[in-house]
Amino acid sequence: MADAKADPQRKPSSSEASSPQTSSPAASNSTASGTGNAPTRKAVPEAPRTLTPGPRQGPQPKTKIEVKDLQFWYGDTHAIKGVTMNIPAHQVTAFIGPSGCGKSTVLRCLNRMNELIPDTRMEGTIRVDEQDIYADEADPVMVRRRIGMVFQKPNPFPKTIYKNITWGAKINGYQGDYEALVEESLRKAALWEEVKDRLHTSAYNLSGGQQQRLCIARALAVKPDILLMDEPASALDPIATAKLEETIVELKQDYTIVIVTHNMQQATRVSDRTAFFYVGELVEMGDTEMLFTRPSDEKTDAYISGRFG
Amino acid sequence: MPSTDTTQMSPAQPVPQPPSGGTSGNGAVDYSTNLEWSLRERIVQVLLGACALLTIGTTLGIVGILLYESFSFFLSVGIFDFLLGTEWRFAGVEPSFGVLPLVAGTMLITVIAALVGLPLGLGAAIYISQYASRPARKVLKPALEVLAGVPTVVYGYFALTFVSGVIIQGIDPSLPPLNALSAGLVVGVMIIPMVASVSEDALRAVPSSLSDGAYALGATKIEVVMKVVVPAALSGIIASFILAISRAIGETMIVAIAAGATANLTVNPLESIQTMTGFIVQVAKGDIDQGTLSYQSLFAVGLLLYIITLGMNLLATWLTRRFQEQY
Repeated sequence: MADAKADPQRKPSSSEASSPQTSSPAASNSTASGTGNAPTRKAVPEAPRTLTPGPRQGPQPKTKIEVKDLQFWYGDTHAIKGVTMNIPAHQVTAFIGPSGCGKSTVLRCLNRMNELIPDTRMEGTIRVDEQDIYADEADPVMVRRRIGMVFQKPNPFPKTIYKNITWGAKINGYQGDYEALVEESLRKAALWEEVKDRLHTSAYNLSGGQQQRLCIARALAVKPDILLMDEPASALDPIATAKLEETIVELKQDYTIVIVTHNMQQATRVSDRTAFFYVGELVEMGDTEMLFTRPSDEKTDAYISGRFG
Repeated sequence: MPSTDTTQMSPAQPVPQPPSGGTSGNGAVDYSTNLEWSLRERIVQVLLGACALLTIGTTLGIVGILLYESFSFFLSVGIFDFLLGTEWRFAGVEPSFGVLPLVAGTMLITVIAALVGLPLGLGAAIYISQYASRPARKVLKPALEVLAGVPTVVYGYFALTFVSGVIIQGIDPSLPPLNALSAGLVVGVMIIPMVASVSEDALRAVPSSLSDGAYALGATKIEVVMKVVVPAALSGIIASFILAISRAIGETMIVAIAAGATANLTVNPLESIQTMTGFIVQVAKGDIDQGTLSYQSLFAVGLLLYIITLGMNLLATWLTRRFQEQY
């Protein structure tokens, strides 16, 4: 990886990296993905707590985000080595993998947050609803308005709950009824009942889990259609996590959700599809149930059964 | 390990040796106090305490002398005549000790300096902390430090010869060479580094998670800076403003050189004026007899100056707490 600086070395390594991946998601997209493997039963996701309303399987959902040969560098470090994947609309897609595998980096490429970090470089294309969000004429500000994000640590603004929600809408020139917007956003984030009597108190008085749901409400108030979540429950206790997960599952009716998590149980609980990353590469992507019960790659198998990570 | 007198009897003892004494014959540990050590501890503590006490002592001494000499002064001059009087003639046949002209001079300089220094300093801080690339920051920060390191006497002559002599008189040669404007402008330049560095620290202390959150909502750079980062750093910015103003009020050399020595109750920046500090310098380096009323007036003005700057610093502390946006 340190050698990635030298240009001649970068090219072969990237094409090498991308070739197995282009086939891997394709394979796991089809029903054929699991058939080759002997059904291995993993102790891990024995009985996923089912939060999902309605059946998981339906008509093949349409692709919302299309990532093609994504490469990313932090300075000289080649962090993402050719990732190609399709993220379906109105589903929850989980990114899993050990620390430093690039899952958060890929996530942050999806709404152009990475370009805020100096000394980074990206290659490849990302299309949302068939529009290239990295096209020359695409404005990162407009991209982020459509693709909301929730971060690892709750990061409400040091303002009141009400102003946290209206802040994004205001800078976006929202003309409607702010009171209604605040209520609607808070209801969607399952926070309304808990805070409706203290909307004008500081967001910092809320608990960590409430703050995180406030951050979701804040993101929803801008009316995005995609919601990216970067380990949203990592700073929360189990009860707050359960509540957050419930919220996520409810939200997928209206939004396409991508969630990074290092908690595999969480992935099984909330997601419809799961992508497993390992050292900057997408190893495998498929239906969550399939991936956790019959992974087609050895590394996935080792990771989900807790042999490393 | 201390080289104190541990007995040679227990060489293979793996447990940490007690700091003092030794082990008695049967291996029991001696926990009794090592007098040499505890004495050393005490000496160090007393020396360090003396350092701390010295600063308090100095402050108390200064305040004491100011109060004592001012007290004698106020025995002869009524406190309201002093504070509200509009004539300041400290020498001559018929002295008059109305301090307002000096206060007005100080305020005039301070307002001009604040108008120049606060926006420029804050602008520089915002640029350095939010916009500047790493190489640009590497040039800008030392440049500000150089500005902060210029001796005020150099600033004073810069104000007199260049700002007043070349620029102001270049525009209108009939204007007085000693004037409040040139001194005020240069005091403003002098406080830029202070505003910039304290504000920059405050701006950089705003966690990036806040600005990330704003960016993720589709905010533009200017919206993130002005509506999230600056409000979150407001307490530090206000503190930098007040410290800088306090510094401008107390600035002496520049005004002594460039502002003039005419106690003048005016708001016209193009006139020659005198500030409280300027007056103190004039008297202190002059040949006024100790014990005279004119001499004592120096302490009265000094006390007033001290109260004003102390008040500003307290205000800064209070405002900092008042506007704290916790994060």
